[in-house]
Amino acid sequence: MAKRLTVSASPHVRSKETATGIMLDVIIALLPALVMSVVYFGLRALVLTMTCVVTSVAAEFLSRKAMKRSNTIGDLSAVVTGIILAFNLPATLPLWMAVIGSIFAIVVVKQMFGGIGQNFVNPAMTARIVLMVSFPTAMAQWVAPFTDTWAADAVTTATPMASLAAVRGGDLAMATGLPSLADMFLGNHGGSMGEVCSVALICGGVYLLLRRVISPIIPFTFIGTVAVFMLLAGKGNLEFVAYELLGGGLMLGAFFMATDYSTSPLNKKGKLIFGIGCGLITSVIRIFGSLPEGVSFSIILMNILVPHIENMTTPKPFGTVKEKKEEAKA
Amino acid sequence: MAEKKNLVKELTKGFVAENPVLRLVLGTCPTLAVTTSVSSAIGMGLAAMIVLVCSNVVISALRKVIPDKVRIPAYIVIIASFVTIVQMVVKAFVPALDAALGVYLPLIVVNCIILGRAEAYASKNPVLASAIDGVGMGIGFTAALFLMATIREVFGAGTFMVGIKDLLSVFGDVSFNGFSVPFLNENPMLVFILPPGGFFVYGILMACANKLAESKGKPRAELRGCEACPMAQTCSLNKKEKEEVAANG
Repeated sequence: MAKRLTVSASPHVRSKETATGIMLDVIIALLPALVMSVVYFGLRALVLTMTCVVTSVAAEFLSRKAMKRSNTIGDLSAVVTGIILAFNLPATLPLWMAVIGSIFAIVVVKQMFGGIGQNFVNPAMTARIVLMVSFPTAMAQWVAPFTDTWAADAVTTATPMASLAAVRGGDLAMATGLPSLADMFLGNHGGSMGEVCSVALICGGVYLLLRRVISPIIPFTFIGTVAVFMLLAGKGNLEFVAYELLGGGLMLGAFFMATDYSTSPLNKKGKLIFGIGCGLITSVIRIFGSLPEGVSFSIILMNILVPHIENMTTPKPFGTVKEKKEEAKA
Repeated sequence: MAEKKNLVKELTKGFVAENPVLRLVLGTCPTLAVTTSVSSAIGMGLAAMIVLVCSNVVISALRKVIPDKVRIPAYIVIIASFVTIVQMVVKAFVPALDAALGVYLPLIVVNCIILGRAEAYASKNPVLASAIDGVGMGIGFTAALFLMATIREVFGAGTFMVGIKDLLSVFGDVSFNGFSVPFLNENPMLVFILPPGGFFVYGILMACANKLAESKGKPRAELRGCEACPMAQTCSLNKKEKEEVAANG
Protein backbone atom coordinates (compact mmCIF):
# COMPACT_ATOMS: atom_id res chain seq x y z
CA MET A 1 0.00 0.00 0.00
CA ALA A 2 2.72 2.40 0.96
CA LYS A 3 4.38 1.77 -2.37
CA ARG A 4 1.30 2.95 -4.24
CA LEU A 5 1.26 6.27 -2.48
CA THR A 6 4.77 7.40 -3.33
CA VAL A 7 5.07 11.17 -3.21
CA SER A 8 7.36 12.43 -5.89
CA ALA A 9 7.96 15.31 -8.28
CA SER A 10 6.21 15.39 -11.63
CA PRO A 11 5.66 13.72 -14.10
CA HIS A 12 2.92 11.75 -12.36
CA VAL A 13 1.34 10.14 -15.38
CA ARG A 14 3.38 7.26 -16.67
CA SER A 15 3.00 5.36 -19.92
CA LYS A 16 3.92 1.80 -20.67
CA GLU A 17 5.21 2.93 -24.06
CA THR A 18 8.92 2.35 -24.52
CA ALA A 19 11.40 3.15 -27.27
CA THR A 20 11.73 -0.57 -27.92
CA GLY A 21 7.96 -0.97 -28.26
CA ILE A 22 7.69 1.92 -30.72
CA MET A 23 10.60 0.63 -32.80
CA LEU A 24 9.03 -2.84 -32.82
CA ASP A 25 5.83 -1.30 -34.21
CA VAL A 26 7.84 0.44 -36.94
CA ILE A 27 9.55 -2.85 -37.82
CA ILE A 28 6.16 -4.59 -38.04
CA ALA A 29 4.91 -1.77 -40.28
CA LEU A 30 7.95 -2.16 -42.54
CA LEU A 31 7.53 -5.93 -42.91
CA PRO A 32 4.95 -5.94 -45.78
CA ALA A 33 7.23 -3.72 -47.89
CA LEU A 34 10.18 -5.97 -47.04
CA VAL A 35 8.26 -9.06 -48.16
CA MET A 36 7.26 -7.30 -51.39
CA SER A 37 10.85 -6.24 -52.07
CA VAL A 38 11.96 -9.87 -51.78
CA VAL A 39 9.09 -10.90 -54.09
CA TYR A 40 10.12 -8.35 -56.71
CA PHE A 41 13.91 -8.32 -56.44
CA GLY A 42 14.65 -11.84 -55.23
CA LEU A 43 16.70 -13.15 -52.37
CA ARG A 44 19.33 -10.47 -52.93
CA ALA A 45 16.93 -7.89 -51.49
CA LEU A 46 16.79 -9.89 -48.26
CA VAL A 47 20.57 -10.33 -48.18
CA LEU A 48 21.08 -6.58 -48.70
CA THR A 49 18.55 -5.74 -45.98
CA MET A 50 20.15 -8.18 -43.54
CA THR A 51 23.58 -6.72 -44.34
CA CYS A 52 22.33 -3.23 -43.50
CA VAL A 53 20.61 -4.38 -40.30
CA VAL A 54 23.55 -6.44 -39.02
CA THR A 55 26.07 -3.70 -39.84
CA SER A 56 23.90 -1.02 -38.22
CA VAL A 57 23.47 -2.99 -35.01
CA ALA A 58 27.16 -3.93 -34.90
CA ALA A 59 28.17 -0.31 -35.57
CA GLU A 60 25.86 0.90 -32.81
CA PHE A 61 27.23 -1.66 -30.34
CA LEU A 62 30.89 -1.01 -31.16
CA SER A 63 30.66 2.78 -31.32
CA ARG A 64 28.80 2.95 -27.99
CA LYS A 65 31.47 0.70 -26.52
CA ALA A 66 34.30 2.80 -27.96
CA MET A 67 32.73 5.98 -26.57
CA LYS A 68 32.26 4.28 -23.18
CA ARG A 69 28.50 4.78 -23.25
CA SER A 70 25.69 2.43 -22.29
CA ASN A 71 24.71 -0.29 -24.71
CA THR A 72 21.59 0.78 -26.64
CA ILE A 73 21.12 -1.90 -29.26
CA GLY A 74 18.16 -3.20 -27.23
CA ASP A 75 15.99 -0.25 -28.29
CA LEU A 76 15.96 -1.66 -31.86
CA SER A 77 16.41 1.78 -33.41
CA ALA A 78 19.52 0.57 -35.25
CA VAL A 79 17.46 -2.26 -36.76
CA VAL A 80 14.92 0.28 -38.03
CA THR A 81 17.68 2.48 -39.47
CA GLY A 82 19.17 -0.55 -41.23
CA ILE A 83 15.86 -1.62 -42.77
CA ILE A 84 14.96 1.91 -43.92
CA LEU A 85 18.43 2.44 -45.40
CA ALA A 86 18.16 -0.85 -47.31
CA PHE A 87 14.73 0.22 -48.60
CA ASN A 88 16.43 3.26 -50.14
CA LEU A 89 19.01 1.27 -52.09
CA PRO A 90 18.84 -0.37 -55.49
CA ALA A 91 18.79 -4.18 -55.22
CA THR A 92 21.99 -4.54 -57.25
CA LEU A 93 24.15 -2.39 -54.94
CA PRO A 94 27.43 -4.09 -53.93
CA LEU A 95 27.17 -5.25 -50.32
CA TRP A 96 30.27 -3.34 -49.17
CA MET A 97 28.65 -0.07 -50.22
CA ALA A 98 25.64 -0.92 -48.05
CA VAL A 99 28.06 -1.60 -45.19
CA ILE A 100 29.66 1.84 -45.62
CA GLY A 101 26.22 3.46 -45.70
CA SER A 102 25.10 1.71 -42.51
CA ILE A 103 28.29 2.61 -40.65
CA PHE A 104 27.94 6.23 -41.76
CA ALA A 105 24.29 6.37 -40.66
CA ILE A 106 24.94 4.95 -37.22
CA VAL A 107 28.41 6.21 -36.31
CA VAL A 108 28.62 9.64 -37.94
CA VAL A 109 25.01 10.82 -38.05
CA LYS A 110 23.62 9.16 -34.92
CA GLN A 111 26.27 8.27 -32.34
CA MET A 112 28.59 11.23 -32.90
CA PHE A 113 25.68 13.53 -32.09
CA GLY A 114 24.76 11.60 -28.94
CA GLY A 115 22.77 8.53 -29.99
CA ILE A 116 19.03 7.91 -30.14
CA GLY A 117 16.95 11.09 -30.04
CA GLN A 118 19.97 13.35 -30.52
CA ASN A 119 20.57 13.08 -34.26
CA PHE A 120 19.67 16.30 -36.11
CA VAL A 121 18.97 14.63 -39.44
CA ASN A 122 17.51 11.25 -40.33
CA PRO A 123 20.45 8.77 -40.29
CA ALA A 124 19.16 6.45 -43.03
CA MET A 125 18.27 9.37 -45.29
CA THR A 126 21.67 11.01 -44.86
CA ALA A 127 23.45 7.70 -45.51
CA ARG A 128 21.43 7.30 -48.71
CA ILE A 129 22.45 10.78 -49.89
CA VAL A 130 26.12 10.13 -49.02
CA LEU A 131 26.01 6.89 -51.01
CA MET A 132 24.20 8.60 -53.87
CA VAL A 133 26.78 11.38 -54.03
CA SER A 134 29.72 8.99 -53.57
CA PHE A 135 28.76 6.19 -55.95
CA PRO A 136 26.45 7.83 -58.49
CA THR A 137 26.54 4.96 -61.00
CA ALA A 138 26.05 2.09 -58.55
CA MET A 139 23.23 3.99 -56.84
CA ALA A 140 21.37 4.44 -60.12
CA GLN A 141 21.41 0.80 -61.27
CA TRP A 142 17.68 0.28 -61.17
CA VAL A 143 16.61 -3.15 -62.35
CA ALA A 144 13.12 -4.21 -63.33
CA PRO A 145 11.34 -6.58 -60.90
CA PHE A 146 11.73 -10.32 -61.46
CA THR A 147 15.16 -9.98 -63.09
CA ASP A 148 18.19 -11.84 -61.79
CA THR A 149 19.68 -9.29 -59.36
CA TRP A 150 22.75 -11.47 -58.74
CA ALA A 151 23.87 -11.28 -62.37
CA ALA A 152 26.69 -8.83 -62.93
CA ASP A 153 25.06 -7.56 -66.11
CA ALA A 154 21.48 -7.27 -64.87
CA VAL A 155 19.45 -5.19 -67.32
CA THR A 156 18.74 -1.76 -65.90
CA THR A 157 15.52 0.09 -66.41
CA ALA A 158 14.33 3.67 -66.05
CA THR A 159 12.40 4.42 -62.89
CA PRO A 160 8.95 5.96 -63.34
CA MET A 161 10.38 9.14 -61.77
CA ALA A 162 13.01 9.42 -64.52
CA SER A 163 10.34 8.89 -67.19
CA LEU A 164 8.14 11.55 -65.56
CA ALA A 165 11.02 13.99 -65.13
CA ALA A 166 11.75 13.74 -68.84
CA VAL A 167 8.35 15.24 -69.71
CA ARG A 168 8.37 17.86 -66.89
CA GLY A 169 4.70 17.76 -66.01
CA GLY A 170 3.80 17.78 -69.67
CA ASP A 171 1.93 15.22 -71.72
CA LEU A 172 1.93 11.76 -70.11
CA ALA A 173 1.59 10.12 -73.53
CA MET A 174 5.03 11.49 -74.34
CA ALA A 175 6.64 9.69 -71.38
CA THR A 176 8.38 6.48 -72.38
CA GLY A 177 8.54 3.31 -70.32
CA LEU A 178 5.88 4.36 -67.84
CA PRO A 179 4.19 1.36 -66.13
CA SER A 180 0.43 1.21 -65.73
CA LEU A 181 -1.13 2.82 -62.66
CA ALA A 182 -1.98 -0.60 -61.24
CA ASP A 183 1.67 -1.63 -61.53
CA MET A 184 2.66 1.64 -59.85
CA PHE A 185 0.33 0.82 -56.97
CA LEU A 186 1.51 -2.79 -56.62
CA GLY A 187 5.17 -1.94 -57.13
CA ASN A 188 5.86 -3.76 -60.37
CA HIS A 189 8.38 -1.19 -61.66
CA GLY A 190 12.03 -0.20 -61.26
CA GLY A 191 13.20 1.69 -58.19
CA SER A 192 14.72 1.37 -54.73
CA MET A 193 13.99 -1.98 -53.05
CA GLY A 194 11.50 -0.78 -50.48
CA GLU A 195 9.92 2.20 -52.19
CA VAL A 196 8.32 0.47 -55.17
CA CYS A 197 5.33 -1.22 -53.51
CA SER A 198 3.05 1.67 -52.55
CA VAL A 199 0.26 -0.58 -51.26
CA ALA A 200 2.56 -2.32 -48.75
CA LEU A 201 3.94 1.03 -47.55
CA ILE A 202 0.43 2.47 -47.16
CA CYS A 203 -0.61 -0.61 -45.14
CA GLY A 204 2.41 -0.10 -42.89
CA GLY A 205 1.64 3.60 -42.58
CA VAL A 206 -1.99 2.90 -41.64
CA TYR A 207 -0.81 0.41 -39.02
CA LEU A 208 1.46 3.07 -37.48
CA LEU A 209 -1.39 5.60 -37.54
CA LEU A 210 -3.80 3.15 -35.88
CA ARG A 211 -1.22 2.27 -33.23
CA ARG A 212 -0.74 6.02 -32.76
CA VAL A 213 2.99 5.64 -33.25
CA ILE A 214 2.99 8.50 -35.76
CA SER A 215 0.73 11.50 -36.02
CA PRO A 216 -1.20 11.81 -39.30
CA ILE A 217 -0.28 15.48 -39.76
CA ILE A 218 3.16 15.10 -41.37
CA PRO A 219 2.37 12.30 -43.87
CA PHE A 220 -0.94 13.86 -44.92
CA THR A 221 0.36 17.41 -45.36
CA PHE A 222 3.48 16.09 -47.11
CA ILE A 223 1.53 13.96 -49.60
CA GLY A 224 -1.24 16.58 -49.84
CA THR A 225 1.17 19.38 -50.71
CA VAL A 226 2.79 17.25 -53.41
CA ALA A 227 -0.70 16.41 -54.78
CA VAL A 228 -1.75 20.07 -54.95
CA PHE A 229 1.53 21.15 -56.52
CA MET A 230 1.39 18.36 -59.10
CA LEU A 231 -2.25 19.16 -59.89
CA LEU A 232 -1.13 22.68 -60.79
CA ALA A 233 2.02 21.52 -62.60
CA GLY A 234 0.10 18.91 -64.60
CA LYS A 235 -2.65 21.44 -65.42
CA GLY A 236 -5.33 19.39 -63.70
CA ASN A 237 -4.31 15.99 -65.08
CA LEU A 238 -5.35 13.59 -62.32
CA GLU A 239 -3.49 10.65 -63.86
CA PHE A 240 -0.26 12.63 -63.66
CA VAL A 241 -0.95 13.40 -59.98
CA ALA A 242 -1.49 9.70 -59.28
CA TYR A 243 1.80 8.77 -60.93
CA GLU A 244 3.65 11.43 -58.93
CA LEU A 245 2.13 10.28 -55.63
CA LEU A 246 2.80 6.58 -56.19
CA GLY A 247 6.23 7.00 -57.76
CA GLY A 248 9.58 7.49 -56.13
CA GLY A 249 10.09 7.47 -52.39
CA LEU A 250 7.11 9.64 -51.46
CA MET A 251 5.11 7.01 -49.54
CA LEU A 252 8.21 5.61 -47.81
CA GLY A 253 9.49 9.10 -46.99
CA ALA A 254 6.16 10.52 -45.82
CA PHE A 255 5.17 7.64 -43.52
CA PHE A 256 8.49 6.33 -42.25
CA MET A 257 11.19 8.97 -42.56
CA ALA A 258 9.62 12.41 -42.24
CA THR A 259 7.87 11.20 -39.06
CA ASP A 260 11.09 10.30 -37.21
CA TYR A 261 10.59 11.66 -33.67
CA SER A 262 13.98 13.26 -33.14
CA THR A 263 14.02 15.07 -36.47
CA SER A 264 10.46 16.37 -36.75
CA PRO A 265 8.71 19.15 -34.80
CA LEU A 266 6.86 18.34 -31.57
CA ASN A 267 3.60 20.25 -31.82
CA LYS A 268 0.82 20.33 -34.39
CA LYS A 269 1.59 23.72 -35.92
CA GLY A 270 5.24 22.79 -36.34
CA LYS A 271 4.32 19.44 -37.91
CA LEU A 272 2.06 21.26 -40.37
CA ILE A 273 4.88 23.60 -41.45
CA PHE A 274 7.28 20.65 -41.64
CA GLY A 275 4.98 18.55 -43.84
CA ILE A 276 4.15 21.41 -46.21
CA GLY A 277 7.84 22.31 -46.48
CA CYS A 278 8.77 18.71 -47.33
CA GLY A 279 6.04 18.57 -49.97
CA LEU A 280 7.04 21.87 -51.54
CA ILE A 281 10.75 21.06 -51.77
CA THR A 282 10.01 17.58 -53.14
CA SER A 283 7.71 19.00 -55.83
CA VAL A 284 10.08 21.81 -56.79
CA ILE A 285 12.97 19.35 -57.21
CA ARG A 286 10.80 16.93 -59.19
CA ILE A 287 9.46 19.55 -61.59
CA PHE A 288 12.33 22.04 -61.89
CA GLY A 289 15.41 20.23 -60.58
CA SER A 290 17.97 18.24 -62.51
CA LEU A 291 17.38 15.17 -60.34
CA PRO A 292 14.26 13.07 -60.98
CA GLU A 293 13.49 12.59 -57.26
CA GLY A 294 13.62 14.99 -54.32
CA VAL A 295 12.06 13.25 -51.30
CA SER A 296 15.40 12.55 -49.59
CA PHE A 297 16.71 16.09 -50.02
CA SER A 298 13.44 17.66 -48.91
CA ILE A 299 13.38 15.63 -45.69
CA ILE A 300 17.03 16.43 -44.90
CA LEU A 301 16.51 20.16 -45.55
CA MET A 302 13.40 20.29 -43.37
CA ASN A 303 15.20 18.24 -40.66
CA ILE A 304 17.79 21.00 -40.48
CA LEU A 305 15.04 23.63 -40.17
CA VAL A 306 13.29 21.82 -37.30
CA PRO A 307 14.97 23.79 -34.45
CA HIS A 308 13.82 27.04 -36.09
CA ILE A 309 10.30 25.70 -36.64
CA GLU A 310 10.20 24.69 -32.97
CA ASN A 311 11.29 28.20 -31.94
CA MET A 312 8.57 29.76 -34.07
CA THR A 313 5.79 27.50 -32.84
CA THR A 314 6.54 27.16 -29.12
CA PRO A 315 3.09 27.15 -27.53
CA LYS A 316 2.15 29.75 -24.93
CA PRO A 317 1.88 28.23 -21.45
CA PHE A 318 -1.73 28.24 -20.21
CA GLY A 319 -2.67 31.40 -18.35
CA THR A 320 0.31 33.53 -19.37
CA VAL A 321 0.02 36.84 -21.15
CA LYS A 322 1.98 37.38 -24.32
CA GLU A 323 4.98 39.61 -23.71
CA LYS A 324 4.60 42.99 -25.37
CA LYS A 325 7.23 43.98 -27.89
CA GLU A 326 8.18 47.24 -26.17
CA GLU A 327 8.63 45.47 -22.90
CA ALA A 328 10.80 42.85 -24.49
CA LYS A 329 13.02 45.52 -25.94
CA ALA A 330 13.54 47.43 -22.70
CA MET B 1 68.79 29.20 -21.12
CA ALA B 2 65.27 30.00 -20.01
CA GLU B 3 64.86 32.20 -23.05
CA LYS B 4 65.95 29.38 -25.37
CA LYS B 5 63.43 27.01 -23.83
CA ASN B 6 60.71 29.60 -24.36
CA LEU B 7 61.58 29.92 -28.03
CA VAL B 8 61.33 26.17 -28.50
CA LYS B 9 57.93 26.33 -26.85
CA GLU B 10 56.88 29.15 -29.17
CA LEU B 11 57.78 26.92 -32.09
CA THR B 12 56.11 23.72 -30.96
CA LYS B 13 52.87 25.24 -29.64
CA GLY B 14 51.67 25.67 -33.23
CA PHE B 15 52.00 21.97 -34.02
CA VAL B 16 49.30 20.46 -31.83
CA ALA B 17 48.47 22.43 -28.68
CA GLU B 18 47.59 25.64 -30.56
CA ASN B 19 47.27 24.21 -34.05
CA PRO B 20 45.70 27.09 -36.01
CA VAL B 21 43.24 24.94 -37.96
CA LEU B 22 42.27 22.23 -35.51
CA ARG B 23 42.52 24.11 -32.20
CA LEU B 24 42.20 27.84 -32.89
CA VAL B 25 39.66 27.27 -35.72
CA LEU B 26 41.39 29.85 -37.94
CA GLY B 27 41.75 29.80 -41.72
CA THR B 28 38.89 27.36 -42.21
CA CYS B 29 37.98 28.64 -45.68
CA PRO B 30 41.27 27.75 -47.44
CA THR B 31 41.37 24.57 -45.35
CA LEU B 32 38.09 23.33 -46.76
CA ALA B 33 38.76 24.63 -50.26
CA VAL B 34 42.24 23.35 -51.11
CA THR B 35 42.35 20.03 -49.26
CA THR B 36 40.87 18.08 -52.17
CA SER B 37 44.42 17.20 -53.25
CA VAL B 38 47.58 16.71 -51.21
CA SER B 39 49.85 18.62 -53.57
CA SER B 40 47.74 21.79 -53.58
CA ALA B 41 47.39 21.52 -49.78
CA ILE B 42 51.17 21.45 -49.38
CA GLY B 43 51.50 24.38 -51.79
CA MET B 44 48.89 26.36 -49.89
CA GLY B 45 50.50 25.57 -46.54
CA LEU B 46 53.96 26.65 -47.68
CA ALA B 47 52.71 29.85 -49.35
CA ALA B 48 50.78 30.81 -46.24
CA MET B 49 53.78 29.98 -44.04
CA ILE B 50 56.11 32.25 -46.03
CA VAL B 51 53.62 35.12 -45.85
CA LEU B 52 53.03 34.43 -42.15
CA VAL B 53 56.71 34.50 -41.21
CA CYS B 54 57.48 37.62 -43.27
CA SER B 55 54.47 39.58 -42.08
CA ASN B 56 55.06 38.52 -38.46
CA VAL B 57 58.65 39.81 -38.66
CA VAL B 58 57.73 43.14 -40.24
CA ILE B 59 54.72 43.76 -38.04
CA SER B 60 56.70 42.90 -34.94
CA ALA B 61 59.51 45.23 -36.02
CA LEU B 62 57.05 48.06 -36.64
CA ARG B 63 54.84 47.34 -33.62
CA LYS B 64 55.93 50.53 -31.81
CA VAL B 65 55.56 52.70 -34.91
CA ILE B 66 52.10 51.63 -36.09
CA PRO B 67 49.41 53.76 -34.42
CA ASP B 68 46.92 51.65 -32.50
CA LYS B 69 43.86 53.14 -34.21
CA VAL B 70 44.90 52.24 -37.77
CA ARG B 71 46.74 49.02 -37.02
CA ILE B 72 44.43 46.70 -38.98
CA PRO B 73 44.79 48.63 -42.29
CA ALA B 74 48.54 48.80 -41.68
CA TYR B 75 48.71 45.04 -41.09
CA ILE B 76 46.66 44.37 -44.21
CA VAL B 77 49.00 46.54 -46.33
CA ILE B 78 52.03 44.63 -45.05
CA ILE B 79 50.37 41.22 -45.51
CA ALA B 80 49.07 42.15 -48.97
CA SER B 81 52.57 43.16 -50.09
CA PHE B 82 53.97 39.76 -49.13
CA VAL B 83 51.04 37.91 -50.67
CA THR B 84 51.60 39.79 -53.94
CA ILE B 85 55.27 38.80 -53.93
CA VAL B 86 54.45 35.16 -53.20
CA GLN B 87 51.76 35.13 -55.86
CA MET B 88 54.13 36.52 -58.49
CA VAL B 89 56.82 33.99 -57.56
CA VAL B 90 54.33 31.11 -57.72
CA LYS B 91 52.97 32.33 -61.06
CA ALA B 92 56.49 32.51 -62.48
CA PHE B 93 57.93 29.25 -61.18
CA VAL B 94 55.01 26.91 -60.39
CA PRO B 95 52.18 27.97 -62.73
CA ALA B 96 50.39 24.64 -62.16
CA LEU B 97 50.08 25.40 -58.43
CA ASP B 98 48.75 28.86 -59.24
CA ALA B 99 46.09 27.25 -61.41
CA ALA B 100 45.24 24.67 -58.72
CA LEU B 101 44.92 27.20 -55.89
CA GLY B 102 43.12 29.77 -58.05
CA VAL B 103 41.57 32.58 -56.05
CA TYR B 104 42.70 31.10 -52.73
CA LEU B 105 46.29 32.22 -53.33
CA PRO B 106 45.52 35.98 -53.38
CA LEU B 107 42.98 35.35 -50.63
CA ILE B 108 45.83 34.59 -48.22
CA VAL B 109 45.63 38.36 -47.63
CA VAL B 110 42.51 37.86 -45.57
CA ASN B 111 43.55 34.48 -44.09
CA CYS B 112 42.53 34.68 -40.44
CA ILE B 113 45.65 32.83 -39.31
CA ILE B 114 47.93 35.59 -40.58
CA LEU B 115 45.85 38.50 -39.33
CA GLY B 116 45.11 36.62 -36.12
CA ARG B 117 48.79 35.97 -35.36
CA ALA B 118 49.66 39.57 -36.26
CA GLU B 119 47.04 40.89 -33.87
CA ALA B 120 47.45 38.34 -31.09
CA TYR B 121 51.18 37.74 -31.19
CA ALA B 122 53.44 39.78 -33.50
CA SER B 123 52.07 43.13 -32.33
CA LYS B 124 53.08 42.33 -28.75
CA ASN B 125 56.30 40.33 -29.05
CA PRO B 126 59.89 40.88 -30.25
CA VAL B 127 61.00 40.06 -33.78
CA LEU B 128 62.74 36.72 -33.20
CA ALA B 129 59.90 35.26 -31.15
CA SER B 130 57.38 36.45 -33.78
CA ALA B 131 59.35 34.81 -36.58
CA ILE B 132 59.46 31.54 -34.65
CA ASP B 133 55.75 31.80 -33.88
CA GLY B 134 55.17 32.23 -37.62
CA VAL B 135 57.24 29.15 -38.46
CA GLY B 136 55.47 27.04 -35.82
CA MET B 137 52.01 28.17 -36.87
CA GLY B 138 52.91 27.68 -40.54
CA ILE B 139 54.07 24.13 -39.87
CA GLY B 140 50.91 23.44 -37.89
CA PHE B 141 48.76 24.83 -40.71
CA THR B 142 50.61 22.82 -43.37
CA ALA B 143 50.47 19.65 -41.29
CA ALA B 144 46.73 19.99 -40.69
CA LEU B 145 46.14 20.64 -44.39
CA PHE B 146 48.33 17.65 -45.30
CA LEU B 147 46.48 15.35 -42.93
CA MET B 148 43.06 16.45 -44.13
CA ALA B 149 44.05 16.38 -47.81
CA THR B 150 45.51 12.88 -47.41
CA ILE B 151 42.22 11.54 -46.07
CA ARG B 152 40.16 13.36 -48.69
CA GLU B 153 42.35 12.50 -51.69
CA VAL B 154 42.92 8.84 -50.78
CA PHE B 155 39.25 8.09 -50.14
CA GLY B 156 37.68 10.57 -52.53
CA ALA B 157 39.89 10.14 -55.59
CA GLY B 158 41.82 6.95 -54.82
CA THR B 159 45.13 8.70 -55.42
CA PHE B 160 47.89 10.15 -53.26
CA MET B 161 50.01 13.19 -54.05
CA VAL B 162 49.02 13.35 -57.71
CA GLY B 163 50.35 16.60 -59.20
CA ILE B 164 53.29 16.82 -56.78
CA LYS B 165 55.58 16.82 -59.83
CA ASP B 166 54.71 20.44 -60.62
CA LEU B 167 55.50 21.47 -57.07
CA LEU B 168 58.83 19.62 -57.03
CA SER B 169 59.84 20.87 -60.48
CA VAL B 170 61.32 23.93 -58.76
CA PHE B 171 64.13 21.71 -57.52
CA GLY B 172 64.81 20.09 -60.87
CA ASP B 173 63.34 17.29 -62.88
CA VAL B 174 61.47 14.81 -60.68
CA SER B 175 59.77 11.71 -62.01
CA PHE B 176 57.67 10.99 -58.87
CA ASN B 177 54.13 12.14 -59.43
CA GLY B 178 52.11 10.42 -56.74
CA PHE B 179 50.48 7.02 -57.03
CA SER B 180 47.01 5.55 -57.05
CA VAL B 181 45.61 3.44 -54.24
CA PRO B 182 44.57 0.00 -55.60
CA PHE B 183 40.95 -0.65 -54.58
CA LEU B 184 39.91 2.94 -53.91
CA ASN B 185 41.12 4.00 -57.33
CA GLU B 186 38.29 2.09 -58.98
CA ASN B 187 35.67 2.91 -56.37
CA PRO B 188 36.41 6.40 -55.09
CA MET B 189 33.95 7.67 -52.50
CA LEU B 190 33.28 10.99 -54.18
CA VAL B 191 31.69 12.58 -51.14
CA PHE B 192 35.14 13.08 -49.59
CA ILE B 193 36.16 15.39 -52.44
CA LEU B 194 32.91 17.34 -52.33
CA PRO B 195 32.26 20.16 -49.82
CA PRO B 196 30.09 18.09 -47.40
CA GLY B 197 32.88 15.49 -47.13
CA GLY B 198 35.30 18.31 -46.36
CA PHE B 199 33.14 19.45 -43.45
CA PHE B 200 32.76 15.88 -42.14
CA VAL B 201 36.51 15.22 -42.23
CA TYR B 202 37.25 18.61 -40.67
CA GLY B 203 34.77 18.05 -37.86
CA ILE B 204 36.07 14.57 -37.07
CA LEU B 205 39.70 15.74 -37.09
CA MET B 206 38.78 18.62 -34.81
CA ALA B 207 37.08 16.19 -32.43
CA CYS B 208 40.22 14.03 -32.41
CA ALA B 209 42.43 17.08 -31.72
CA ASN B 210 40.07 18.07 -28.88
CA LYS B 211 40.27 14.60 -27.40
CA LEU B 212 44.06 14.69 -27.64
CA ALA B 213 44.19 18.10 -25.96
CA GLU B 214 41.73 17.08 -23.26
CA SER B 215 43.83 14.06 -22.37
CA LYS B 216 46.70 16.47 -21.78
CA GLY B 217 44.53 18.67 -19.58
CA LYS B 218 44.07 21.49 -22.09
CA PRO B 219 40.69 23.14 -22.73
CA ARG B 220 38.76 21.96 -25.78
CA ALA B 221 38.34 24.16 -28.83
CA GLU B 222 34.75 25.26 -29.22
CA LEU B 223 32.88 28.01 -30.95
CA ARG B 224 32.15 30.08 -27.89
CA GLY B 225 31.52 33.43 -29.53
CA CYS B 226 33.73 36.32 -28.41
CA GLU B 227 35.71 34.31 -25.88
CA ALA B 228 37.40 32.12 -28.46
CA CYS B 229 38.07 34.97 -30.88
CA PRO B 230 41.72 35.96 -31.27
CA MET B 231 40.57 39.60 -31.38
CA ALA B 232 38.76 39.35 -28.04
CA GLN B 233 41.38 41.37 -26.18
CA THR B 234 41.10 44.41 -28.41
CA CYS B 235 37.65 44.09 -29.93
CA SER B 236 35.43 47.15 -29.54
CA LEU B 237 32.34 45.01 -28.95
CA ASN B 238 34.07 43.11 -26.22
CA LYS B 239 35.36 46.33 -24.64
CA LYS B 240 31.84 47.73 -24.50
CA GLU B 241 30.61 44.58 -22.82
CA LYS B 242 33.41 44.69 -20.30
CA GLU B 243 32.65 48.34 -19.53
CA GLU B 244 29.01 47.48 -19.03
CA VAL B 245 29.93 44.67 -16.68
CA ALA B 246 32.24 47.01 -14.80
CA ALA B 247 29.56 49.72 -14.58
CA ASN B 248 26.88 47.32 -13.38
CA GLY B 249 28.89 46.00 -10.61
